[in-house]
Amino acid sequence: MDKKVEVAYDKEGNAHEIVDFNDDYIGAKIGFWLFLFTEVMIFGSMFLIYAFYLFQFDEAFVTSSGGLNLFLGGTNTVILLISALCMGLSLVKLRNGDVLTCKRYLWLTIVLAVVFLGIKYVEWNTEISHGIYPGSAHLASMGDGAVMFFGLYFSITGLHGLHIILGIGTMLWVLGLIRSQKITPKNFVILENTALYWDLVHLVWVFVFPLFYLIY
Amino acid sequence: MSPSIPGSFYEHTHTVFGHHKSKIFQWIFSIDHKRVSILYLFSMLAFFLVAVGLALSMRLELFSPGQDIMSPQRYNQVFTMHGVIMIFLFIVPGIPAALGNFLLPLQIGARDVSFPKLNLLSWWLYMFGAILAVASLFVGDGFADTGWTFYAPYSIKTGTNVIWALTAAFILGLASILTGINFVTTIHRLRAPGMTFFKMPLFVWGLYSTAWIQILATPIVGVSLVMVIFERVFGVGFFDPTKGGDPVLFEHMFWIYSHPAVYLMILPAFGIASEIVPTFCRKPIFGYRSIAISSAMIAGVGYLVWGHHMFTSGISDMVKLIFSLLTFFVAIPTGVKFFDWIATMYKASIDFKAPMVWTVGTFVTFIIGGLTGLILGTIGVNVYFHDTYFVVAHFHYTMLGGVAFLMFAGFHYWLPKFTGRMYSEKHAIRAFYTVFVGFNLLWFPMFLAGAFGMPRRYFDYLPEFEIYHKLSGVGSWIFAIGIVYMLVTLYRGWRYGEPAGPNPWNATTLEWQIPSPPQLENFGEIPYVDFKPYEYKNGEPVHRMDLSVKEGQGHG
Repeated sequence: MDKKVEVAYDKEGNAHEIVDFNDDYIGAKIGFWLFLFTEVMIFGSMFLIYAFYLFQFDEAFVTSSGGLNLFLGGTNTVILLISALCMGLSLVKLRNGDVLTCKRYLWLTIVLAVVFLGIKYVEWNTEISHGIYPGSAHLASMGDGAVMFFGLYFSITGLHGLHIILGIGTMLWVLGLIRSQKITPKNFVILENTALYWDLVHLVWVFVFPLFYLIY
Repeated sequence: MSPSIPGSFYEHTHTVFGHHKSKIFQWIFSIDHKRVSILYLFSMLAFFLVAVGLALSMRLELFSPGQDIMSPQRYNQVFTMHGVIMIFLFIVPGIPAALGNFLLPLQIGARDVSFPKLNLLSWWLYMFGAILAVASLFVGDGFADTGWTFYAPYSIKTGTNVIWALTAAFILGLASILTGINFVTTIHRLRAPGMTFFKMPLFVWGLYSTAWIQILATPIVGVSLVMVIFERVFGVGFFDPTKGGDPVLFEHMFWIYSHPAVYLMILPAFGIASEIVPTFCRKPIFGYRSIAISSAMIAGVGYLVWGHHMFTSGISDMVKLIFSLLTFFVAIPTGVKFFDWIATMYKASIDFKAPMVWTVGTFVTFIIGGLTGLILGTIGVNVYFHDTYFVVAHFHYTMLGGVAFLMFAGFHYWLPKFTGRMYSEKHAIRAFYTVFVGFNLLWFPMFLAGAFGMPRRYFDYLPEFEIYHKLSGVGSWIFAIGIVYMLVTLYRGWRYGEPAGPNPWNATTLEWQIPSPPQLENFGEIPYVDFKPYEYKNGEPVHRMDLSVKEGQGHG
């Protein structure tokens, strides 16, 4: 895209470039980082609530944590790690001008994200089939600490899963933009922001995983 | 929607679809910050009038003891709806989204905000949230009756339609976050060359501090509201004591946002005062830097004081002491601002036009509100005054007598810039005095009623309190008449007023250097700004620029 440079002159006659809202790469990055701050605040406050109840019901939290499937959770961690790598590589490839490989890595990221959701589904399904879900009589019989642990578990992993789904949607949209040449090797800020978002989603999981699975 | 002025943004616009033939689509899909701001302005004022109507009906109910015009249950819903509309639909988005959206790019010499489409999206979200809130009246068992704070566990147990109200509040919060992100990015990236942070107009400083609060605090209340929704839908139990949850935790989460939100409302209002005072005193503002920094300080300290809402909730004495002390700190930067404004007015030949009269009137009401805030921040007194009419009076003196009054001052001040026309000074002043008298008659008696023990949110009261409610009732009618009078004056000014010219007030900031109303994309030529925003010499602005029109786009 050809940029029309507009300038203003100071008293000494030096030229200063005017930043315009239409094509401001740094502005787009700043805006997205600010959005990520809000995401950090959302998950941060949920972790705060987690900390509050961990302090109150530490024994029940440890016991309940033992009921989660460490193997599936660990697999999901690895999957998300690899997907973040793929996302990063797709950005690198795009910047190097290799649009085809970029798209392939994006598809790979989407597939991994779907696998993540599938494993999550299996996990949730197991717990729900054991009668462990918010509001169930069985969970209520397990005591307040377990109610709180699984309440937090379903809320936080649910919210995280929602972010994964939104991420998949965004990646499909990005693929569409690449196809219609709105994202090119010279104009890639949307893909870059998507990669940042995916890093955040992955980073949140890196906190969620030990908090719920590893305290046993 | 308005008289068409050749060349101005009322004629030309960008929409998300490029150019669109339909006039309505040109408005509701416009990505010009000035049009988005006017969309916000009108929708916001419409909801404001609804909430005023609800308040009048409450005052009517309370005019004499006993049940008069509504049932207790209905009364609870009415005050909840009044609160939800006034807070989430009027006063939080009010100044930033309606006035700030219009003025921020003009004041920093930008052609638009950083993300014009996001700007439009946030108005759409706002309307969606608003419609959701209003629609919940007609669904299920009617509007929430929890009060605008949605305190758990009542909000979990009540049979009314809390979920819709919560979802609406969440969506409105999202709209507010998007506006905040947009403003911070715009201020960081699109300032005209040469305009350093300490050369920005003070209204921009107010918006900047506000935007940070929107970004950092709103997500927390957002997630708290979502958790209440989880509780109601799935029965999770975070805030439900029967399941081991802690309702006080909800109060913490809620006030971590909602206390900074108070400053989110007042900071841009202070910004308006800082624009108006130097302009009508024809003097550089006293202590520019201290006013700018105090905005940021208020925003910072505002995060640390939420606990003073919870002195009676059973938190520990040490925590109460700390929160009480921190609360007093907020008075310091606020006091700095007031002394700076008064120092600017000292020995100035003040031009008492309507915006200035509104501002000086606000100083009176806000000082009453602020000083009673100190009373309430003191633990011992707070325990006595908690949830009485004293709090109601304090709250309305700060929010209405502070934020809304300065917003009205801003309406008068910038009307010529928005419309190119002038309101009638005579009627504007009369409207001010009507509002001012009505306001004080309405809320001052509540300080007394509260001090004598009248609890707030009550549908009925003992006969001893009748006199205060009678006075308030009369005050509420005078107040409402004054508000309508003011809006009619502004509207008549817009439709039939004298042409105002680009700079009727001899103001110095950039928005006054271009024609009124501005053209699409604001500036013909963007200046190099290496001077302070308020420079006057012998009562005249030092810098006069001609940034009038873009090539090939006539104006007038």
